[in-house]
Amino acid sequence: MSTTVSQIDEVKTTPWSGGRSPFNVEYGKIMMWFFLLSDAFTFSSLLISYGSLRFSASVWPAADKVFQSVPGLLDSGAPLVFVGIMTFILIVSSVTMVLAVEAGHRNAKKEVVGWMVATIVFGFMFLGCQALEWAHLHHEGFWWGSTPALDELGKFFNEGGTEAARHMTAQEFANLFFTITGFHGFHVFTGVIINIIITVNVLLGTYEKRGSYLMIEKVGLYWHFVDLVWVFVFTFFYLV
Amino acid sequence: MSTESHEVHHEAGDHQSMTRGRIVKVALILSAITAVEFIIALYLVPKGILPIHFANPVYIVLTLFKAFYIVAYFMHLKFEKLGLALAIIVPILFIIGLILVLTNESHHWIDLRG
Repeated sequence: MSTTVSQIDEVKTTPWSGGRSPFNVEYGKIMMWFFLLSDAFTFSSLLISYGSLRFSASVWPAADKVFQSVPGLLDSGAPLVFVGIMTFILIVSSVTMVLAVEAGHRNAKKEVVGWMVATIVFGFMFLGCQALEWAHLHHEGFWWGSTPALDELGKFFNEGGTEAARHMTAQEFANLFFTITGFHGFHVFTGVIINIIITVNVLLGTYEKRGSYLMIEKVGLYWHFVDLVWVFVFTFFYLV
Repeated sequence: MSTESHEVHHEAGDHQSMTRGRIVKVALILSAITAVEFIIALYLVPKGILPIHFANPVYIVLTLFKAFYIVAYFMHLKFEKLGLALAIIVPILFIIGLILVLTNESHHWIDLRG
């Protein structure tokens, strides 16, 4: 019997000819990617709403006047220093996360645990800083639906604008700031919880038995996304 | 089937693409870009060397660079199949669309708000 196959019967092996994932990525990982895409849309909607409200306002609170304290150290005169520390903490936590993923590829359990614990610690540090930042702004009078008293608002603005316009935009600023950083902080919080669960699983040897530390990559994607969102929040709330 | 393709994925060796050296390099790039942003915000703008309406586009470009490095290297998208990268990146065009529409709209609102 001849074993030659006619051209038409030959099984195609191109990525899109079926029978396997054209993306060559494990199911859970691809679903994490699509979840993150949907989450990117949510954050974009929030940030774009913030942008359009800010563009349509004649005055807006000046970032270097609103954010100029280092809680516990300085009450004023240090613009952007505290948020700089927060940004640095989050970048470092992203680096420790990639190092955990890298250790996972070598099946080095102890290293994975070490880097995951570091990531969790930095995650908690970021949340602590955010809590201090929120407490400070709340103390100054900003909150959902409330701003500092009218005669105190001046110190948060550069110049120009009527008192009514200042009051309105200070309120918009407060609502958007607490909503967007709150939603981001909630993501950091859930990220830390997920990281803790995964670290416990690593310690229990779940992934060692499974033969791969792919789960670390999946939670890593989520954690990097949280860092990615912070990069944008930082630029649009603190720099621009 | 799933474990099989999963092993193939591992044996493909694409994970070797994120070595420790590269991780450190990307981390240094991200820190350097952030440092540049702080220099602009704390020194160049207050001293009047760079006007704020020039600084803002610079911040946005630097932010996009940081986003690229995080997504491409930390999230590993640069080393995934092109199909996956396109499936994630192309929908972002909708976000650009919303930015264009609402920026345009907000220029109209500013007249309404006075």
